[in-house]
Amino acid sequence: MRTFRMGGVHPPENKLTAGCRILDVDLPREVTIAMSQHIGAPAICVVGKGDHVDRGAMVGKASGFVSANVFTPISGTVTGVGKIKNAYGMPVDSVTITATEEDHEKDAERPLWTSALRSSDDIAAMSAKDIVDIIGEAGIVGLGGASFPTRVKLSPPPGKHADILIVNGAECEPYLTNDHALMLEHPDEILAGVRLMMRGAGVDKAIIGIESNKMDAVRLLRGRLEGDKSVSVMELQMKYPQGGEKQLIQAATGREVPSGALPVDVGAIVQNVASAYAVYEAVVFGKPLVDRVVTVTGPSLSGRGNYRVPIGMSMAALIGIAGGIPGDSGKIILGGPMMGRTIVNVDAPTMKGVSGILILPREQSARGDVYPCIRCAGCVLACPMGLEPYRLSLLSAHSHWDSAEGEGIANCIECGCCSYSCPSSRPLLDYIRLGKNTVMAIRKSRSVQK
Amino acid sequence: MNQLLTISASPHVHTGRTVASCMWNVVIALLPALAASLYFFGLGAAVVILTSVAGCVTVEYAVTRWMFHRPATILNGSAVLTGLLLAFNLPSNIPVWIVLIGCVVAIGIGKMAFGGLGCNVWNPALVGRVFLLISFPVQMTSWPLPIVNRLNYTDAVTGATTLGAIKMSEMSSEAVAGASVDAGMTAFSVDTLQNFIGGVGGSLGEVSALALLLGFAYLLVTRTITWHIPVSMVGAVALFTLLIGGDIMVELLSGGLLLGAIFMATDYVTSPMTKRGMVLFGAMIGVITVVIRHWGAYPEGVSFAILLMNSFVPLIDRYVKPRKFGERRRVR
Amino acid sequence: MSILYAIIVLGGIGLLGAGILFLVSKRFYVKEDPRIALIEELLPGANCGSCGRSGCHDFACACASATSLDSLVCPGAGDEAMKKIAGIVGLDSVVTRPMVASLKCGGSCQVRPAISEYDGASSCAILQQLGSGTTGCPFGCLGCGDCAEVCNWNAIHIDPVSGLPVVDADKCTGCGVCVSKCPRHVLELRPKGPKGRRVWVACSNTERGAIARKECGAACIGCMKCEKACAFGAVSVKDNLSYIDAEKCKLCRKCILACPTGAILDSGFPVSAKEMAEIALSKQKNNN
Repeated sequence: MRTFRMGGVHPPENKLTAGCRILDVDLPREVTIAMSQHIGAPAICVVGKGDHVDRGAMVGKASGFVSANVFTPISGTVTGVGKIKNAYGMPVDSVTITATEEDHEKDAERPLWTSALRSSDDIAAMSAKDIVDIIGEAGIVGLGGASFPTRVKLSPPPGKHADILIVNGAECEPYLTNDHALMLEHPDEILAGVRLMMRGAGVDKAIIGIESNKMDAVRLLRGRLEGDKSVSVMELQMKYPQGGEKQLIQAATGREVPSGALPVDVGAIVQNVASAYAVYEAVVFGKPLVDRVVTVTGPSLSGRGNYRVPIGMSMAALIGIAGGIPGDSGKIILGGPMMGRTIVNVDAPTMKGVSGILILPREQSARGDVYPCIRCAGCVLACPMGLEPYRLSLLSAHSHWDSAEGEGIANCIECGCCSYSCPSSRPLLDYIRLGKNTVMAIRKSRSVQK
Repeated sequence: MNQLLTISASPHVHTGRTVASCMWNVVIALLPALAASLYFFGLGAAVVILTSVAGCVTVEYAVTRWMFHRPATILNGSAVLTGLLLAFNLPSNIPVWIVLIGCVVAIGIGKMAFGGLGCNVWNPALVGRVFLLISFPVQMTSWPLPIVNRLNYTDAVTGATTLGAIKMSEMSSEAVAGASVDAGMTAFSVDTLQNFIGGVGGSLGEVSALALLLGFAYLLVTRTITWHIPVSMVGAVALFTLLIGGDIMVELLSGGLLLGAIFMATDYVTSPMTKRGMVLFGAMIGVITVVIRHWGAYPEGVSFAILLMNSFVPLIDRYVKPRKFGERRRVR
Repeated sequence: MSILYAIIVLGGIGLLGAGILFLVSKRFYVKEDPRIALIEELLPGANCGSCGRSGCHDFACACASATSLDSLVCPGAGDEAMKKIAGIVGLDSVVTRPMVASLKCGGSCQVRPAISEYDGASSCAILQQLGSGTTGCPFGCLGCGDCAEVCNWNAIHIDPVSGLPVVDADKCTGCGVCVSKCPRHVLELRPKGPKGRRVWVACSNTERGAIARKECGAACIGCMKCEKACAFGAVSVKDNLSYIDAEKCKLCRKCILACPTGAILDSGFPVSAKEMAEIALSKQKNNN
């Protein structure tokens, strides 16, 4: 079984919601749509207070090449335009839409996006640009967590050419099962989405990488692919961070993305399976990205499972559907436990990039006592990027940004393997992330000066 | 919710591996060797090991408590480990007071003077051992014979170690005829099997290669250490011995080579941080060991070799870097 | 006889060495303006960089070769030392107004409720990346003490009761290192004021009043009362946040009395504004 070569750890999987069917969440009465749900420039609000919007209408328009449209998942009236606290407590530009009883009933009775908008002949006749345009219009971003606009990834910069599409079904983060559930329930749609993305990007080969703890999904997808040479399913050894872009490319193709370069420099494009599903829906049904599958999980959560959630619904409401916040909660994390971020404001809306909500009990939330480094080399051996976390962390803590840059701090993918494996519980990644962000800012100002 | 949520940066999970678990794992790995030393040296071994462990723990407690005014760190097992390793490097008939001096030097000077666990440059147990070797050369090099001395302590019957005997014969033959190393080797016949199981005299912990290898297997299985240092060190000794035409099995199984390779050179604090660095470090120790054994004044050179290379660890860490992902090698 | 050889050989080596040293020091002598060393002695030697140079030595070199001291100011050394430096280089010294770092946040533990606990490396810069921090206020002081750590003059410490940094105005040189270090930008260099008297708004929250108030009892809510109370046009409210222009402020402190949340602070006065208000109130009562 293949995997990436350097470092990596194997945290307990804790896939508590594996095998849970995807449950549709009822449309909420109120949604809040953040303008910046992706990497890049925030969308520009195109509605005003008091406007009535229909389900699926655009509320924010992409404001540049690296940007994405945002849409409303419900019909209703715009009741607020302005700063709303996001999950981390920071004010962000958002639009709040409230549905009246009438709107709500209308949405419930009139199903949208269930019959094909485009016939299979139409789709077959589309050019690559048509497909990429539809993906861009639908506001699709990478649904694995980084939220990079999919359209941008599918259009390589001039002079560069991709020859392979790698579809990320690794789901190496513990606890999360949203991609797994999607692969089990919508294999055909995902494969159709993959083929559409291949056409959009002009590549003739695709590999779907899936870790070996999801053999049911591997078998299912392989069964649907018999006779198809262009798309293959690759079983990957379980190792974190397999889902990291560079790691996945190496595991699937053996190619190594040079430091500082993009995947397309080695001819690869990486997309998530959930994005493939969204692409399928956008092209066939004309559906913008207004919902996604979210794993709501936690050891003490009673109603944990995989939910199809309207994007913009409050997280408190979503957790309420999943049984409510348990009394012993210590941390609420957006994403998985290795890379997810802790939140303080559960009333904030869900966003495109939220793949999971993990609620850890208090006894699992505390970090261990910090001791001096015993130079065990655990972090160096665990680093999948071949860096020396102990040194980077020390350099950052003492603000030696130049040296940190020289040691390759900008290559860090923030996977957390170093902090995870440190026996002294040192906050290695805390400082490295700080150093990386600082070095990136310094580089930016340097290039501006030039 | 009755209590506040916690915020912290990712990752939010941890292996559960702690400093204490690492240290106690090494202590567990030393248990076969401990059993072997008790079997071969009986009373003497028990007295020396108990004194050494108790001494090291006491010194560590005293220093952290009354000099550093920090919470005591004895529970993390590093002092116990140092005590065990120090004892394993001593002969079984060594007087208690010498052992205690060794403890003070090992923990007090070897470790705490640098700031405690994680800050020391040299392996504390070896600092203690080498201090004793230089200060009390007679007591440190009279090796009680195994098994026959089970009930004796300081009144044990002593004999030569394999390497000691080789060195002696080497020196005498050199004095007489200026013979080569090979002459010295052949002058003393060695039973490899005995050497492997532990029938030949020596320091407490080094007599049984079998017990040490059991411990090595445990350390590898629990991923407490990686193979790089022990394998490169033993490999370098084997290769170098082959090169100069010595008896490989004697070199590998005699003296403190395995004890040093598995338990002393792999000490986290005083070994390099990268795999490449570890291999270089181990190989250099192996080479220096053979050089001391064959051309030096001492019959055994593992401790000196390790201490010498410990000094080079900061330099190795500075210049021997892991290969970064995406560096140099470009596929396509 | 042999002792003579020893003396000759060792003495010879000694002489040879001395000769080499002499030649090298002659050959590689770097001529430096002697005034640089004199200037450097007057400087604090903290290499804080607040003069805009890469260190104290660089600043001393700049002073020695300068034609005017207008743009060369070492806040750490103070005016006295700058006068002496001016004397050394024979130029006129520029009298600067002493500055002091002021905290634009009054959200102590008592008035700003915590909404979460932080578990991680004690660094404001790291906490800042996690969101609003341990309180609801996304603008206020994070309280991990990055400013206290970088201060070269030991002028800042974190008050354990309020959880906020306290600037010792006597020790603060106004070098501004803490100002640039603060990830929330809640520190500001303000003129120290006559006899150390100054008035400033201790809040950075630009959210609407109702929201700010919820997050912190001492927040500026943008109610404009201070702006109206000021007779000199020194106070202005922008983005729901009041700001006092130290140039125009006449230290009358009417704004402090007008502020409903206590977001405006004063320092250096013999009687604080709060006490003044109480005295006035009791006088009023007595008169009645």
